[in-house]
Amino acid sequence: MLKTFKLGGVHPPENKISAGNAIEVLPPPKSVFIPVAQHIGAPATPVVKRGDLVKTGQLIAKSSSFVSTNIHASVSGKVKRVDFAADSSGYPKQGIFIDVDGDEWVEEIDRSEELVKDFDLDGKAIIDKIQEAGIVGLGGATFPTHVKLVPPKGMKAEVLLINGVECEPYLTSDHRLMLEKADKILTGTRLLMKALKVEKAVIGIENNKPDAIQLLTEKSKTFEGISVTALKVKYPQGGEKQLIKAVTGKEVPSGALPIAVGAVVSNVGTAFAVYEAVQKNKPLFERVVTVAGKNVAKPSNFKARIGTPTEVLIEAAGGLPEDTGKVISGGPMMGRAVSSLNVPVTKGTSGILLMENKEAKRNEPITCIRCSRCVSVCPMGLEPYFLKVVSEKQVFDRAEENRIMDCIECGSCSYTCPSSLPLLDYIRFGKGKVGQIIRSRKK
Amino acid sequence: MSNLLTVSPSPHIHSDDSTRKIMYRVVFALIPALIWSVFVFGADALRVTAIAVIACIAVEYLIQKYLMKVKPSINDGSALITGILLAFNVPAGLPWWIIVIGAVAAMGIGKLSFGGLGNNIFNPALVGRVFLLISFPVQMTTWPANQQAGTDAVSSATPLAVIKEGITSGTPVSQLFSEMPAATDMLLGNTTGSLGEISALMLIIGGLYMLFKKVITWHIPVSVIGSVAIIAGIFWLADPQSYVNPVYHLLTGGLMLGAIFMATDMVTSPMTPRGQIIYGVGIGAITISIRLFGAYPEGISFAILIMNAFTPLINNYVKPKRFGGK
Ligand code: SF4
Ligand code: SF4
Repeated sequence: MLKTFKLGGVHPPENKISAGNAIEVLPPPKSVFIPVAQHIGAPATPVVKRGDLVKTGQLIAKSSSFVSTNIHASVSGKVKRVDFAADSSGYPKQGIFIDVDGDEWVEEIDRSEELVKDFDLDGKAIIDKIQEAGIVGLGGATFPTHVKLVPPKGMKAEVLLINGVECEPYLTSDHRLMLEKADKILTGTRLLMKALKVEKAVIGIENNKPDAIQLLTEKSKTFEGISVTALKVKYPQGGEKQLIKAVTGKEVPSGALPIAVGAVVSNVGTAFAVYEAVQKNKPLFERVVTVAGKNVAKPSNFKARIGTPTEVLIEAAGGLPEDTGKVISGGPMMGRAVSSLNVPVTKGTSGILLMENKEAKRNEPITCIRCSRCVSVCPMGLEPYFLKVVSEKQVFDRAEENRIMDCIECGSCSYTCPSSLPLLDYIRFGKGKVGQIIRSRKK
Repeated sequence: MSNLLTVSPSPHIHSDDSTRKIMYRVVFALIPALIWSVFVFGADALRVTAIAVIACIAVEYLIQKYLMKVKPSINDGSALITGILLAFNVPAGLPWWIIVIGAVAAMGIGKLSFGGLGNNIFNPALVGRVFLLISFPVQMTTWPANQQAGTDAVSSATPLAVIKEGITSGTPVSQLFSEMPAATDMLLGNTTGSLGEISALMLIIGGLYMLFKKVITWHIPVSVIGSVAIIAGIFWLADPQSYVNPVYHLLTGGLMLGAIFMATDMVTSPMTPRGQIIYGVGIGAITISIRLFGAYPEGISFAILIMNAFTPLINNYVKPKRFGGK
């Protein structure tokens, strides 16, 4: 029996149409907009100004506190301005506009493809390099990686889990990376193990990627302490808590971090970025982005520079289909619908999904028939129908008692509800309010 | 760009399940039992079902449109189910005007007075049935002959009624059994009773279909049937001369209809598996108590209505298993 997590879960159609298409390197666009807040935590502080000439890989905004990250130029050229513009959230964010001129990289970066396996650095030095390179969780969570690698006082990491689940429909960027950069991901994993001082790492991959499972199982034999676990396909297995449960059988307690059960989770993309940062001195300024959708002419996996406008990727994938009704940054379950095609690719952009008009419309909600499907699919063991009602009626103490803060916003409840109730919309609202109440209590 | 992009929060996809599909699957699951009752009671079975369905839909439409002044929701399929279930719970020879009164009670009192679909506490079809049982006790217990089994005339009693009467008057069970249809006949439905309750087999087929299609889960039917079997079995083992074999309890008196179709009504049953088991065992225990010690030969309708009343309480106290402990 393949492993998986126990509670809840759904099986949306996988639609991994771009899985067979190799990663294509996208040349730098004409201009980029690089937001200074692409991660969870404090925005970085710009260190360049209008008119400055920058090289690819140069630091352009500096981490402003421990939970923050550095931002680097993804192209070479001239800083046009430091200004506010909309990112995928739809809100204006500070960022740096650069007009591209050629593609001149900073000298320290080793641009060769040759595999380097140098494990001489000590843990501290590895973490410093990761922090320097501005690496964040590339699965979409964008939590600064160097922070994760330093467990809070009194806690100790025992196992590193590498997330190769990619449970969102359509997305194939991690899958391609595993197939094309297996050695580098494994090297990155070793480096992360060293930084964390753990002896064991497990790469979790869902069973719908048998080629990746086979390849990594084979290659991991030469890497001490790394193994691969095949997982039964079930959404949201890529959720940190679900992955830990599936692989180790342990449940992270409510409100706690994975480290509470001795686990640290990193995405395969992150492991690859760690490899490049530590062995090749390359900061995080490009990533793999899937562009897909039912009507996309050329579903693709692009290696794109951070800051590239969405539009440029869509063009490269054959242009915007006639009937497009919605453009999503990320996957269809947890991604964000964007309002403009100018929004830039950021460190957290795993895919761009184009949906036709018909798909873009939500069904008309009708009344709750108390069918309990939302309860049975919730991976956190919550009662979405009830959390919706208490959020709507603003009875926030009841929402808190019933663990609204445990909701991981996976969307399984809204996906499943036969009455098409937008359960998660209400729960998000309730969560926001309960979060405020909790914070004000602490003060 | 000519067209505006839709911007809405995630998730951006939806399963292709809908409330309507679920309702029509329930209707589909009821068809084998309906066919059987047409086979047994002839055109009367169709007549009663048609009147009940039309009446339930009409009552819902009229009340929603003219009294509640909301958009009628008759095509969600739920009034159709209530109509069929109401018909299943009455004798096949019931006069049309009594059926209509039953429909008014089911939809008006049982469903719409609570605010309509999803808000009612009690199973509407059972509200209709109990209302009729109290208002028209004679008509509601006048069973038509089973045209297949050749049981005699209009007054033929249901197996459970025979047992109840016999035991109350002190006849030993062994003698009663000589007057009863064989268990295989009851399984198949070669007996008499309410329109849709007589063939346990057809109801089980419908139930398996619903399980397969994930309309229901096993928790409620299994806990109802299991608790009836266990409790009736204990009494039977203790004193086989005064208590009947549990198989008869399972195959008679609408137990299967109740356990599979009435107790599993989503709106009026608990939300978590553990809650559903508590609810199912409650129904089983109350049913047997009424059958063995109460005044009525049958008990499942009352048992379900009583446990319906406890459903909000169960939902309040029996929470799903949370991820990450307590
Ligand atoms: S979005 Fe929240 S409430 Fe809904 S299924 Fe996921 S965790 Fe449960
Ligand atoms: S899935 Fe929808 S209809 Fe079913 S109980 Fe949950 S909210 Fe109600």
